[in-house]
Amino acid sequence: MNTISIKIEFGGGLELLFENKRSYRVDIPSVVPTDNTTDAEANLADKETKDVDVDYLIHHMKDHMLKERVELFMEKNTVRPGILVLINDTDWELEGEGEYQLKNGDEVVFISTLHGG
Amino acid sequence: MAPRSCALCQKAKAMVKRPKTGQQICRDCFFYVFETEVHNTITQSKLFNPGDRVAIGASGGKDSTVLAYVMKTLNERYQYGLELFLLSIDEGITGYRDDSLETVKRNQQQYDMPLKILSYDELYGWTMDAIVSQVGRKNNCTFCGVFRRQALDRGAAMLNVDHIVTGHNADDIAETVLMNIMRGDIARLGRCTSICTQGEDTIRRSKPFKYAYEKEIVMYAYFKKLDYFSTECIYSPDAYRGHARVFLKDLEAARPSAIVDIIHSGEAFEIKEEIKATQKLQQTCQRCGYMSSNELCKACTLLEGLERGMANSGITDRGRKKMDSEGPAPDNLRTIPFFKVGSGSAAITVETPS
Repeated sequence: MNTISIKIEFGGGLELLFENKRSYRVDIPSVVPTDNTTDAEANLADKETKDVDVDYLIHHMKDHMLKERVELFMEKNTVRPGILVLINDTDWELEGEGEYQLKNGDEVVFISTLHGG
Repeated sequence: MAPRSCALCQKAKAMVKRPKTGQQICRDCFFYVFETEVHNTITQSKLFNPGDRVAIGASGGKDSTVLAYVMKTLNERYQYGLELFLLSIDEGITGYRDDSLETVKRNQQQYDMPLKILSYDELYGWTMDAIVSQVGRKNNCTFCGVFRRQALDRGAAMLNVDHIVTGHNADDIAETVLMNIMRGDIARLGRCTSICTQGEDTIRRSKPFKYAYEKEIVMYAYFKKLDYFSTECIYSPDAYRGHARVFLKDLEAARPSAIVDIIHSGEAFEIKEEIKATQKLQQTCQRCGYMSSNELCKACTLLEGLERGMANSGITDRGRKKMDSEGPAPDNLRTIPFFKVGSGSAAITVETPS
C-alpha cells in the first residue's frame, strides 16, 4: 500500500483536543475509500476508491488522533464552522476545501477561532 | 486546482478568501486591506484626537493581541499622535488568567508599550477563584462581567487615559445583536452596535474592530506569527452567548456576509422616543461614585452580597430586596474605592517595559 506523509499543525486552542501537541506528522494511504472509512486501510478490494483528500484526512484525525469531544472538531462530515484550515499556508477555501487532493509533504494547519479574546 | 493570483496586485498567489467580499488576495495585500479597513473605521468615526492617551484592553487573547499590534502600526503609519497603553484585568482565575497575563507581559516587551494590570483582588478584595467557591459555577459569569467592566474603567482612570479600545470584533457584535433580539432587550439592542460609547462621567470606549471578521483577525495573527493565548475560561463559558455563536457560525458558513449584514440591521434599528423615556436614568452610585441606574451600582450590590454571605442576592432585584430586609449594610462593610475619572497619576502606577 502506498502512503504519503502529511504534516499537521494545530492552533488557537485546538491542540487541546489532540493531547496538547501542536505538531504531528502522519502517514496515510494515497488511495482511500470514497466513503472515508478509515478502518479498511488494509483492504480496499470491495470498496469504491479515490485519491486521498483533506476530507479523508479529517476522518483519519477523528478516528485515530482525536482524544476527546469530537463535536468540537467535526460536524456534518467536515470540520466544525469556526475552525480555519490552511493548506500549505493558503486558506483551504481557495484550494477546494475537503476535495483538495493531498500530496506527499503537504502541510495542513487547523486553527480554532472559537476561544475568547 | 490551479493557483490563482491575487485580485488586487494580480501578481502574488492568492492565499486568503475574504469572508466579507469573497475576494481572493495574497498575504501582503491582505495585511494592507485589513489594516486600511481598521484605519478607515477609526477615521470615519473620528475615534481619536491627536495627543489622546489610549488604553488597549488586553487579555492576551487573539483579538486584543491583534488590536495592540494594529493600533501600534496605524499610530506610526498615519501619525495619529496617540500615546498607547496596555490595560489588563486580572480576574484571579488560576490556570487561566495567570497564563494569559504572561502573554500580555510578552506583548508589553514586543510592542514596547507601558502595561497596567489591575486585579479584582486589589479592587474588590475578591478573586474569581474565591467568588466561584462562594457562588458555584452558575452565576459566576455575572460577577465577572460586572466586575470587569468597572475594573477597566478604574484601571483607565489610574492610567489617566482619555479612551479605552477593546478587541470586540464583527462576530462578537453580531452575536450580541442576536442575543439582544432573542432576549427582547430593547435598551441594549439600541446601543450594542455603537462603535463608541460614553456615559457622562465615564471614559470613552470604542471598538476599532467593529467590522473586522474573526476569521481575518485569526488569519492576520497566524500570518504575522503574533503571540496570543487561547484557552477557554475554566469557569464555564457564557452558555447563552455560546448558542448565539454556534448559530452565527452556521449562518456564516452558508453566507459569509451574514455577519456584517446583522450588524447593519442592528444599526438600522430605531428606538422610539417614548420607549427611551421609560428607560432608567443614569445616576452615580451612592457608595462608590461609579455610574449606575440605581442608587447602588451593580458591582457594589454584588460585593455587598459576597461580603454578607448572601452572594446570590446581588444578582436579581428580588434578591436585593431580600438582602435589604435582613437589615442595612453594616458600617464596616468592605467597599470599592470612590471612583473619579482622571484621578490617577500614570507616572506612579504604570510598569514601563524594562
